[in-house]
Amino acid sequence: MSKPEQLIIDTATRLFEDMADPQTVNNEDELNWREPLWTELEALGLTRTWVCETYGGAGAGVLNGFEVLRAAGKFAVSLPLAETLMAGWLLEQAGLQLPPSGAMTIASGVSVRLNGDTLAGRADAVPFARDCQYLVVVIPSGVARSAQVVLAAVANCTIVHGENLAGEARDSVDLTGAHPVCVGELPLGIRAQLDAVGAVARSMQMAGALHALLDISVQYAAERVAFERPIGKFQAIQHNLARLAGEFAAANAAANSAAYSLSDISSSEQALFIEIASAKVRTGQAAHEGAMIAHQVHGAIGFTREHVLHRFSHRLWSWRDEYGDENTWASRLGATFATAGADQMWPTLTAI
Amino acid sequence: MSQAIQFDAKRLPPEAEALRGEVRAFLAEEIAAGIFDPHDPNSESRFNREFSQRVGARGWIGMTWPKHYGGQERSYLERYVVNEELLLARAPTRAHFTADRQSGPVLMRFASESIKTHILPRICRGELTFCIGMSEPDSGSDLFAAKTRAEKVAGGWRINGRKLWTSGAHRADYMIGLFRTSAPASDNRRHGLTQFLVPLKTTDGITIRPVINAARRHDFNEVVFEDALLPEDHQLGEVGGAWRQATSELAYERSGSERFLETIHVLIELIRTLGTEPHVRDSAELGKLIAELHTLRRMSISVAGMLADGKEPVVESSIVKDLGTNWEQALPERARNLAALGSLSGAPISKGSREQFEAELAFATVIAPKLTIQGGTREILRGIIARGLGLR
Repeated sequence: MSKPEQLIIDTATRLFEDMADPQTVNNEDELNWREPLWTELEALGLTRTWVCETYGGAGAGVLNGFEVLRAAGKFAVSLPLAETLMAGWLLEQAGLQLPPSGAMTIASGVSVRLNGDTLAGRADAVPFARDCQYLVVVIPSGVARSAQVVLAAVANCTIVHGENLAGEARDSVDLTGAHPVCVGELPLGIRAQLDAVGAVARSMQMAGALHALLDISVQYAAERVAFERPIGKFQAIQHNLARLAGEFAAANAAANSAAYSLSDISSSEQALFIEIASAKVRTGQAAHEGAMIAHQVHGAIGFTREHVLHRFSHRLWSWRDEYGDENTWASRLGATFATAGADQMWPTLTAI
Repeated sequence: MSQAIQFDAKRLPPEAEALRGEVRAFLAEEIAAGIFDPHDPNSESRFNREFSQRVGARGWIGMTWPKHYGGQERSYLERYVVNEELLLARAPTRAHFTADRQSGPVLMRFASESIKTHILPRICRGELTFCIGMSEPDSGSDLFAAKTRAEKVAGGWRINGRKLWTSGAHRADYMIGLFRTSAPASDNRRHGLTQFLVPLKTTDGITIRPVINAARRHDFNEVVFEDALLPEDHQLGEVGGAWRQATSELAYERSGSERFLETIHVLIELIRTLGTEPHVRDSAELGKLIAELHTLRRMSISVAGMLADGKEPVVESSIVKDLGTNWEQALPERARNLAALGSLSGAPISKGSREQFEAELAFATVIAPKLTIQGGTREILRGIIARGLGLR
């Protein structure tokens, strides 16, 4: 079984510790930390781990990319890292060269069309669009079930600002009148694959954020004194933190398993679907349960702008809704198992 | 602290999957021969010595143990597959389950060579049944409050006291008992407990009485010791060493499939009642149940992988048990509501499916309370996890 490289995990973690410490970021209202961090990430090749070197990537492999995303989640890093990774991957799928540098974001442009060499249509809730140089859009190609990928410069589009619960940019991008930088044909089924990769990316980010919530909450319980002892000495608090640990563990296990399946080219379609759907459902559930427990342990101080907790809980509540919420993936998963019938439940789960 | 909580992606190796096919074929033969019925939640007993001997003849008891003790030196992951298939089929494993899962490993680590060579091969052949003598009337979760005494006498140990909730004692050949050999120290209340091998059928002074449970089954027993004498070498490990020995034993007990599959047939029958095209709301709830189950299984396999690597994942296995037992406990109620709403909305369900579902639901509902009590209560498990987080 392939494993992620500890060196990459440590490098990303150290980088985020030094340049994106959540409390520091939370204290400063401005965003000066973002550009220097992005420059560093690019210099280390961490924004292009999913693309082989031939196409301008860092060629570091699937699992390493997901580990960087987990670390980014652990620090609540508000940068288009997942988006740039996925955009790079899409461009490579179409045999296109990546731009030499620059942040990329990504949209599934169901209502975007290419007429000749001019784009028309809009993509909504595009992550960090206003902060990116490039936008990669998957558009229908006119041939049934096949798609194209379009690389457009954000500067040529019209942006209307929007935000998710965490205040991160989720902008509306009107591409009408823009000319693509390049266009490529995508293999069949790529749209579904994009949803799958996005779901696992968010699952990894959520697993990272839950890890942070657990660490922060355990530390708080050890330090906060009430009734003449650290509150972590009370059984009620211990049991709540045990539940938080359980939710983190489940999210971690589910995300790890899905990432592993994506990295293993021998994985069957069915295995991938079950792993990814389960991961997105389970991490989404854990995101909410975990956020609520962390807030409860912290009491009033955790419900302030000044405290760092909201950076994680608000991202968790946002990320669980992206690339398909729990209900979307669960209804598909349930329908699959219902159609296959009761006697197939166990054989199916044990076959993957 | 939470650096220690690891659930690496782990996949069962190909040899484990090949074994799965063999186990399924074996079970199909046994079912066809009428030995047991996987669709009957109310089967009176899952205790069948002859069945256990046939399982043993296949080399599926004590699979991971050294060959010179009758084992097969196969991996924890292969054992995992055998275990989950037998559980899912509701095969009658009670005659050998406890010996295989924990009593044998305790003997292997702490018993004399003579006991090991005499007993372990017989466990592997499915010839011996074990039970666990830990709980007492005044000590369940509080293991270290055990009072049943073991007094050193000439040639051995004299046992006096009572054990309670001893599952399967009425059929067991041996008990692994936890007895007090000295008073707890003022600075260490874990001090003073020792593990012993107790031959239940051949030792005078032992009286076993049934305690019928709320599901009307005879599983629990009270075991009374009145000057029961044990040979010297039936002491296991160090005098006073039980607290350390028991902790690692509990890691084995904690995280297998038996901790989340006990009500699984409710889910299987629910799927049958939902039909092939359920309403999207039903699909979503079913999908959540599946996602949760799949995740539990992945976590359980991950822990089996850690055991295979020689680790002692006490926190991880407590987490799996806590999540798993809460899930299997909540399953009947969630299934009940889904099925009832389906029925109210006029969804078509075959009468046969409905009856089978109702039978599984009734059984699961009645046993639900015990699932977060047996083998370590939810409260104790969460305390163990909290300790792992550095809070205690």
